[in-house]
Amino acid sequence: MRGILKKISQIDFGLMSPEDIRKMSVTKIVTPDTYDEDGYPIENGLMDPRLGVIDPSLKCRTCASKGGECQGHFGSINLARPVIHVGFADTIHKILRSTCHSCGRILLTDSEIVDYREKFDTLIRNEESLTSIIKEVYTVARRDKCPHCEEDQEDVKIDKPVSIVEGNYKLTPSEVRERLETIPDSDALLLGVNALPDKDGNRIARPEWMVLTVLPVPPVTVRPSITLETGERSEDDLTHKLVDILRINQRLKENMEAGAPQLIVEDLWELLQYHVTTYFDNEASGVPPARHRSGRPLKTLAQRLKGKEGRFRSNLSGKRVNFSARTVISPDPNISINEVGVPEIIATEVTVPVYVTEWNIEEMKQCILNGPKVHPGANYAIRPDERKIRIYEETKEAVVDKIEPGWVVERHLKDGDIVLFNRQPSLHRMSMMAHEVRVLPYKTFRLNLCVCPPYNADFDGDEMNMHVFQTEESRAEAKSLMRVQEHILSPRFGGPIIGGIHDHISGAYLLTRKRAIFTEEQVFQILKKAKLPIPNRTGENWTGKQIFSQVLPKDMNIVYKAEICRKCDDCLKRECKNDAYVVIEDGQLLTGVIDEKAYGAFAGKILDHIVKEYGTDRAREFLDASTKLAVSGIMKAGFTTSTNDEEIPQEAKERIEVHLDNAEKKVDQLIEAYDNNELEALPGRSLEETLEMKIMQVLGEARDKSGEIAESYFDINENHAVIMALTGARGSMLNLTQITACVGQQAVRGGRIDRGYSERTLPHFQKRELGAKARGFVHSSYKEGLDPIEFFFHAMGGREGLVDTAIRTAQSGYMQRRLVNALQDLNVKEDGKVTDNRGVIIQTVYGEDLVDPAKSDYGKVVDLDKLIDEMRIKTGK
Amino acid sequence: MKKDILKHELVPDHVILSKSEATKTLKKMDIHPEQLPRIKSDDPVSKAIGAKEGDVLEITRKSSTAGKFVTYRLVQD
Repeated sequence: MRGILKKISQIDFGLMSPEDIRKMSVTKIVTPDTYDEDGYPIENGLMDPRLGVIDPSLKCRTCASKGGECQGHFGSINLARPVIHVGFADTIHKILRSTCHSCGRILLTDSEIVDYREKFDTLIRNEESLTSIIKEVYTVARRDKCPHCEEDQEDVKIDKPVSIVEGNYKLTPSEVRERLETIPDSDALLLGVNALPDKDGNRIARPEWMVLTVLPVPPVTVRPSITLETGERSEDDLTHKLVDILRINQRLKENMEAGAPQLIVEDLWELLQYHVTTYFDNEASGVPPARHRSGRPLKTLAQRLKGKEGRFRSNLSGKRVNFSARTVISPDPNISINEVGVPEIIATEVTVPVYVTEWNIEEMKQCILNGPKVHPGANYAIRPDERKIRIYEETKEAVVDKIEPGWVVERHLKDGDIVLFNRQPSLHRMSMMAHEVRVLPYKTFRLNLCVCPPYNADFDGDEMNMHVFQTEESRAEAKSLMRVQEHILSPRFGGPIIGGIHDHISGAYLLTRKRAIFTEEQVFQILKKAKLPIPNRTGENWTGKQIFSQVLPKDMNIVYKAEICRKCDDCLKRECKNDAYVVIEDGQLLTGVIDEKAYGAFAGKILDHIVKEYGTDRAREFLDASTKLAVSGIMKAGFTTSTNDEEIPQEAKERIEVHLDNAEKKVDQLIEAYDNNELEALPGRSLEETLEMKIMQVLGEARDKSGEIAESYFDINENHAVIMALTGARGSMLNLTQITACVGQQAVRGGRIDRGYSERTLPHFQKRELGAKARGFVHSSYKEGLDPIEFFFHAMGGREGLVDTAIRTAQSGYMQRRLVNALQDLNVKEDGKVTDNRGVIIQTVYGEDLVDPAKSDYGKVVDLDKLIDEMRIKTGK
Repeated sequence: MKKDILKHELVPDHVILSKSEATKTLKKMDIHPEQLPRIKSDDPVSKAIGAKEGDVLEITRKSSTAGKFVTYRLVQD
């Protein structure tokens, strides 16, 4: 189908006149009942058949189309007395306040009117917003005397939600309507109501239309009744409300005709107003919400639209979709990064439509014969005339006989299908990637650990969504643009975001450290597990570095410093005693260990090099194989950690103690110097600030030094916690030293803790005490345990951290939302122009340098140092 | 005291393109002049170089990614 392109020149937002409502109405609704005893809708009742049909077997009395095709038709109720529309009560109040109560003119002098009209004209001509000027008119047009008829004006107030009060007299809706009627069209415009008739005499709005005399009744399709299993009919909330309105309307009419006392009529009128108000908005302030018999507040018009569960946010901005699945995720190190493990239950539920051709007809027949319950089966077959036939166990043979090229079979998901995999919050493009299906037993989605960083997933109960592509085009596009291997490099910083994590890194370190020697038997086991080719037997032992070299491209050259590099002043390069200088020549790892810097997510240099030089296919192979090697490595060596890893000898503890005591003494000396006015202020700081800074510095150094002492007793060769910290697998040296040596200063608002009681943090201290302990310095280590005072300060610092993260995520989420809304329609043309959706140029060259950050070297066009290093190796130093 | 704003380091170079240059540039970029970003004719720089409505300005500015970057703007009232 080809669409017709039409440009929208104008949209009018206006009010409906009573005539409009009557013209639109197909029937007057009079009876407050819905169905008679036989279950047939009553004529002129709320379920009048002319309002449209839902049942697909019936024909609509108004438009003659079948149920499901007929979108329904409005009816109308003639209100016995006018009623104010809640949504416009505020506007009515503002208009009455700014107009004369006797002549209906706007409370502006003639010259002001001319002035404003001119301003309005220019704004309308420039297509600018009128909101601010209308607001101005409302503030200016308030006078005690009408400039046109010299009448004194009384103040008009609004008593929420719908009562308009003048002085002490409450205006009836009829009076309000009469007053609004007297406002001339030209004055209404200045009040923000476009009442000027166009050349056909049609108006967009008139002030008095904000007071209802006729109420439109929405078609039954908007408020369908539900039949319960018991056969009982249950009506929609809107229908209930309309019944209320009709009942009161009827009683009001009867009382008026019978000439009932004014008081009774007014009471009924008020009641009608209440029902109409709650019909529009059941949460309007100042009105008790109308309730269902069960006590549940009714869901009326405004409630259907408003809020997170409302029509806009829940049904229009976001929708539920078919061909999708959601379940818990769990790890599987044996599948490729490109794959996702799909439970069989899901694979038999979501389907892929396949066109039947003479080449695949046998396969499709087999699928249908398997039926909807056996795995590589099929759920539906679609005939060439687009009729969908559900395949049942009983009917499958009949379908197989009929099937021929031209049919479409919706077959089960099977290995190798491309699906879209997603984890919320979808903050960047790597949150939705295309995976290949691997149908597996059990009930969770399985994913390779290397894709955890881009999804920000872990396995503490996270759930993820899967969507199945339904067309060849989408599959082709997903396969070339969205596959996991195409997203190894992040456009955020031009480096890998998919890579080894946790045990991959510890494992690779254990495999490639100097003392790792393996027998040929062990090597073959490891290589076999990683599905690498088994070399010929030589009978010699292998080093771990040789094993790892098996996964490197044969002509790769690279030199870099590993994560475990201690940044010595004098680098020994290849002779590094930490084995931190990595040299790869012709695909052989000569020196250095493999750790986070080699193939970790966010840091991997080797991985980065392979993606950029050898392409994404090679990178996927490398990542799949190297992580398996690492897992073998960690299993051969064995790996565990406990608090024993944070144990240091008594002698070390004493040294730390001495050190911390000295620091605390130094703080006391500083305070003494300050008390004796001997302290010299630093430039640009007060004496107090200087003292605070110096104390912070002393305590910071004390913590660092105590950490260094503890660190000097840690040995990377026998301490697994240290292996993890130094290789970048998990945790940091700071974490370890806080456990063993000293937790250090706790901070709130970037400074030492100085809040709590008057002039002191806790009653255990002197007022104005500035010592280390009194201001939140935690002398103990986590392993020793914190004393109650330290514990309290630590909780203060910890709480601040929690609050900060909560606020940061909320703020950055909102900022991201606004950025996305502003940028989502921009697009980069073939020649690098960046334009918006109207074709207006935003940037003549994308990024000013036409560089795709995902394909750049950490954001730069070229990394010269890297290139020179490579060439140096190639030419032989 | 009036300063020459064009000499300020934060003001990039603005040059008015001649009719033929402008058409050439637009043709090269394959766009209509309306697609260009705008600059007000009462913008201090427009006034300083005497640009009139409908002129196309060539702006050469420093860029942290490309070093030097050339862009264009259409003068508008």
